[in-house]
Formats: sequence, C-alpha cells, structure tokens
Amino acid sequence: MSPILEVHNLVKHYNGAAAVKGISFDIKEGEIFSLLGPNGAGKTTTISMLSTLFEPSGGDAAIGGHSVTKDPMAARQIIGLVPQDIALYDDLTARENLTFWGQMYGLGGGSLKQRIDEVLGQIGLKDKANQRVKTYSGGMKRRLNIGVGLLHKPRLLFMDEPTVGIDPQSRRAILDTVKELNQDGMSVLYTTHYMEEAQELSDRVGIIDHGEMIALGTQKELTKQVGERETLRLHVSEDQNPTRLAEAVNTVSGVIQASATDHEIAVIVPSAADALAPIVARANEIGVKIRSVDIQEPNLEAVFLNLTGRALRD
Amino acid sequence: MQKTFLIGLKDLTLAFRDRAALVLMLAAPFALTLGLGFVTGRLSGGGNTGRLSDIPVVIVNQDGDQLGQALVDVFKSDGLAELLEPKEMTDLAEARKVVDDDGAAATVIVPAGFSDGNPVNIEVYANPGRPTSAGVVQAIVDEFLSRVEVGRVGGQVTATQLITSGRIKPQEAEAIGQAIGQRQVEDSVDEDAVITLKRTTAAGEAPREFDVLAYLAPAMALMFLMFTVSNGGRSILAERNGGTLSRLLISPTTGAQVLGGKLLGIFLTGVAQVGILILASAVFFGVKWGDPVAIVLLIVAAAAGATGWGAVLAALAKSPAQVMSIGSALMLVFAIIGGSFGNNVPLPDWLQTVAKITPNAWGIEGFSALGNGGSLADVTTNILALFTMAAVMFTIAVVLFRRQGFGQK
Repeated sequence: MSPILEVHNLVKHYNGAAAVKGISFDIKEGEIFSLLGPNGAGKTTTISMLSTLFEPSGGDAAIGGHSVTKDPMAARQIIGLVPQDIALYDDLTARENLTFWGQMYGLGGGSLKQRIDEVLGQIGLKDKANQRVKTYSGGMKRRLNIGVGLLHKPRLLFMDEPTVGIDPQSRRAILDTVKELNQDGMSVLYTTHYMEEAQELSDRVGIIDHGEMIALGTQKELTKQVGERETLRLHVSEDQNPTRLAEAVNTVSGVIQASATDHEIAVIVPSAADALAPIVARANEIGVKIRSVDIQEPNLEAVFLNLTGRALRD
Repeated sequence: MQKTFLIGLKDLTLAFRDRAALVLMLAAPFALTLGLGFVTGRLSGGGNTGRLSDIPVVIVNQDGDQLGQALVDVFKSDGLAELLEPKEMTDLAEARKVVDDDGAAATVIVPAGFSDGNPVNIEVYANPGRPTSAGVVQAIVDEFLSRVEVGRVGGQVTATQLITSGRIKPQEAEAIGQAIGQRQVEDSVDEDAVITLKRTTAAGEAPREFDVLAYLAPAMALMFLMFTVSNGGRSILAERNGGTLSRLLISPTTGAQVLGGKLLGIFLTGVAQVGILILASAVFFGVKWGDPVAIVLLIVAAAAGATGWGAVLAALAKSPAQVMSIGSALMLVFAIIGGSFGNNVPLPDWLQTVAKITPNAWGIEGFSALGNGGSLADVTTNILALFTMAAVMFTIAVVLFRRQGFGQK
C-alpha cells in the first residue's frame, strides 16, 4: 500500500529548545498509526506541523504527495483534525457548527446538509443537533469535535488525544468511531498516552519520548524487544511510598527494571512466578504494604519502560 | 471572499446570541438615551415634541424704570413668543415659590436701581430640575446685560466727546450719558431681538428645532459601539485561546481570509448595533434623521472607524481579558473627549484636537447635524474622516498582526 503520509526528519525548535528532534515515519493508506508517548513528548507539536499549523524548523512531510511546507493548501484538503482541546462555538448549535466548518472546507448546499446528517448519525447526536453546544455534556462536545473533523471526508484524520478527560462510556464510543472510520477506508494518525488505546486501535505504533521516535513497528514487533519478559504491577496504599518500594525492588535478584507511578510500581521480570515471592519479601522488609498484584503479558507499557526506564504515565 | 463573509456572518450571529453583550450593546445605550431624554425634558414635555418651547419663566421687576422694563419687553418679545412663557409677578417670595414648586424654569429678579446705573445684580433663580430651560433663561439675561454694558460705555464715550467739544457742561454729562446709554439699549432691543431661535428651512419642509435626542441617541450608541468593537477584538484572541483559530487555519482558508472575516464580523456587529439604536430613536423617540442615504453612510462609516480601533486593540493586547480592560478604558476616554457625555466645547483646545481621533467626535457631530435637518453634504466631511480613520487603523492592525505571525500560511 502506498503511504498517505511520509514524514522525513521533522524538527521543531521553540526558543532554541528542540521539541521534536528529527522524527521520521510513514502511514499507509487505510492504516491506523498511533503516536504513543507521555505528556510533553512532542506528539501535539508533531501533529501541529503535519496539519500545517506550525512551520517545521527542519525536515518535511508529504500528505498524499503534497509537501506541508511547500504546498500546504493542497495538503489541508486531504487532512482532517480532531484537536486535543474542544474547538467549537458554544453559542451555535451542533448543526450550525457543522455547517460553518463544512463551509470552511468548501462544502455547501444540499451536499453539505446531507453530509451533516450523515456525520450527526455517525457521532450519535442527531436528536440533539439543534441544541446549542453550551448545553452539551463533555462527552457530547468531544463527539461533535470529532464530527467537525470528519465533515469533508478526509483521507487522513489526525486525532490528538481525543479521549482526554472524558467518561469511560464516551471514550468507548470514540474508540468505536475510530474503528468504523478506518473500516470505511480512512487512514488515522492517533496520538495518545494511554497504552491500552494504542494497543486496541493501532496497526502500527510509534513510541515518542522527549521529541524522539524511540521505537516504531507493529505491536508484535515492539513487544518482541522486551522478549519473554513479564510485567508485575504492585499496587500500594495511598499512605505508602511507591518510589521507596521501586528502589528496594530494583535490588532484588532477577528484577530487570522497577519504576514507580502514582500508587503502584511496574516491575519487569523474566518470570513473574519466580520473582513475586522475593519482591513481596523485600517490601515487607522495608515496611511497605502491597495491596494487590497484577501480572501482565509483554505490552507497550513494558516496551516504554524497557526503553526509557520510566513508566508511560510518569 | 465568500469565506471571509461566512466568518463575519458567524461572528455577527455569535455577538447577537451573547446576552451579556446584548445588554451593553443595545439595552444600556437605549436606557441611557431614555433616561437622559427625561433629564433634559425632551421626553417629559407633557405631550409636546419635547423640543425647547413654552419655557415658563417668572419676572419680578423691582426696577420700575426703563431698563427693567426693557428686559421685561425682551422676555415678552414676539421673537421669543414660542420659546418662552413669561409671567410677571410682584411678590418675590411668591415668585421663588413658583420655581420651588416646579411651576417655572426660573425667576428673573430685576432689583430696584438697575436703570440708575447702580451696581446691582440681576438674579436668575433657577429650577435645578430644568437645567436646560433655566440655562436658556440665563443666556437671555446674560445677552441683555452685555448689551446694557455696551450701551453704558457708549453713553460715557459720547458724553465725554460732547464735553470736550464744549457742547454740554460737565455737570450735565452724567444725566446725558445715562440717557444715551438707555436709548441705545432700548433701540438695540427694538431693532434686533436679544435672543432668537435659529431655524433652517428646507424647501417645502416645516421649520426644525434643535432636538437634544438627535445628539443623545448617537452619543450613547457611539459610546457603546466602542464596547462592541472591543468585544469583537476580544473574540479574535478568544478564538486563539479556544482552539477555533487553529482549526480555521488548518482548513483550506488563508490567514488573510480569517483575519478579514474576523474584522468583517466586528464591523457588521457595529453596523447592526448603531443601526438598531438609530432606528429605535426614530421609532420610540420620534427623532427625524432625514436623508436615509446620509444616515446609512454615516452608520457604516462610524462602525468602520470604530472597528479599526477594535482591530488595533486586539493586535496590541495579549489576552481576551486585556482587550476588554483596555477597551473599557478607551470607551470611557473616547466618550468623555469625543462628546458622548455632552458637547466637548469646555475642553481645552488641544484636547478638542485630540478628540478628532475618536469615532465619537466625528459620528456625534454628523448624526446631530442630520437629526437637526442636515443633509448628506453637511456630513460628507464626517463620513470621509471616519473612513480615513478606518483605513489608517486597519493598516496598523494588519501590520501588527503580521508581525505576530497571524495566519502566515
């Protein structure tokens, strides 16, 4: 399949500091590609350059063969963007918002009306179409925010962390919408810091950290990097110190990597069954109570932990 | 061009859906016009049109000689018959009570000895509830007194010349000078009314009188027009903060189209606001705006000039809140120096010159001229000045926005 997006050594500097440090990747027609990384990794900056909002400091990207630096207007016709923050007019109704944004993409007349009805059906807001957006719940606004990005039937849809700050039900609906769009042939660049979303949606994943692409491939290819290792998740009470536990667990024989997050630590071990008893014993020695333990198969979280020494939500 | 128009139309819709903004755009200037209409007596005239006429005034003439009578004659002259409704009284306390009871705009008290040339004061006992009408009475008295003074000086000069030439004796000078002075005053009163209403009559139209609401309605509309353009400027930065500007800029829409659309939105909102208020003043207050072409052109020009200011404000400010705080300050300063709170004549000359940078000054002058019988020719300068202001301010704003990199791609 031919690539709809080709990114070559893209760089962005802000006041002399590099936010994106020469990343390269491509997205094939009909593919869902996830850009996975913690907050501040450079995901939004990358999408902003690819959507022609920011001029790259170096490198280039081609969308459908059109350079984002040399021919941005042609590139814009091919892409749709669902921004991280809701970008709608609260005092307009959903239908009025869709009409306005459709007109900005050159749509009009009967075809726009028809397309608006299709999109409203797709995002499940048909019966609320004539209500002002300010009366909507956060989840409904998120769905309309996606709908605006779909109006002109873009070949490539950029979705920048579209599930941040919403309820599980709305999140589920959004993920299902992404899958449906992809089934209809739309290519998607999806940025997230939720490992589960990247795992569920993506054909391929690029892991980005500190502005660099540190890993790229299918999930199978990436988890292979971790080998046969397993991840233990140790949950501790709120009054316990997970950092102290992680430091202690790192000294246990056989532990490859231990990293603390809010109230848990992630431990990469060759065999969970063999490592569990000495880890619990070490926790008891330092007086930290473990509430529960999860054993995980190798996943993208483990890949990130393995590559950076930090958990994804750090 | 179509996208520019669509963005402008969207902003116009949003402006008229913002209830808080509507209060300041339409309700506040309308209410203030209404209130000031009552304060000035324009809307409390008891059935008349509210124009200055039939001002009740009481005269207490304690002089009993020629000059005192001359002043009474002035108030009773044919030239002021429409304007004044004079009534003579002898009881001073009773005359003051008439004013206290709001039965008259003022009582004019001519003290004894006025005609003798003694240093006396003519008192105008004014009704604070009718400041405009009392001011008219005061102006008539002032004009009369200045003529008396001229007559007296003239009499003295003539008497001195007669003594020098030996035609009269020095001991006769005082009586003769006084007589000449009084005669001059009386003659001037007879020949030329002390104060008259100036009427301009277009062919076939009824004479017009000054309508204070033709000043107040646009004065308030233009003051709050500055709020509207500030609010419009705020919306440019609000779109930037809210992410919709980014969304616009990644659609196949150029930065120039987006900026043009935003400015068009401010302009359309301003035109709608001033248009509605001017229309309301005609419908509810009976203000006659005359030539419809002239009034439409003036509304468009005023909105354009103010929009230029709103654009510069948005280009200079760092945040939506900053636009509104600077905009509110600018609204008040422009209102004060531009004449929204009254004629700016008491301002020093240099400040009156500075006032010419405000849409208020040019706009109020133009609207007031049209509302009092002026034609397109009378307001052409105002319209051109406002469009020039718009062109200059738009140019400055575009340069500033470009420096910020607004929609470079």
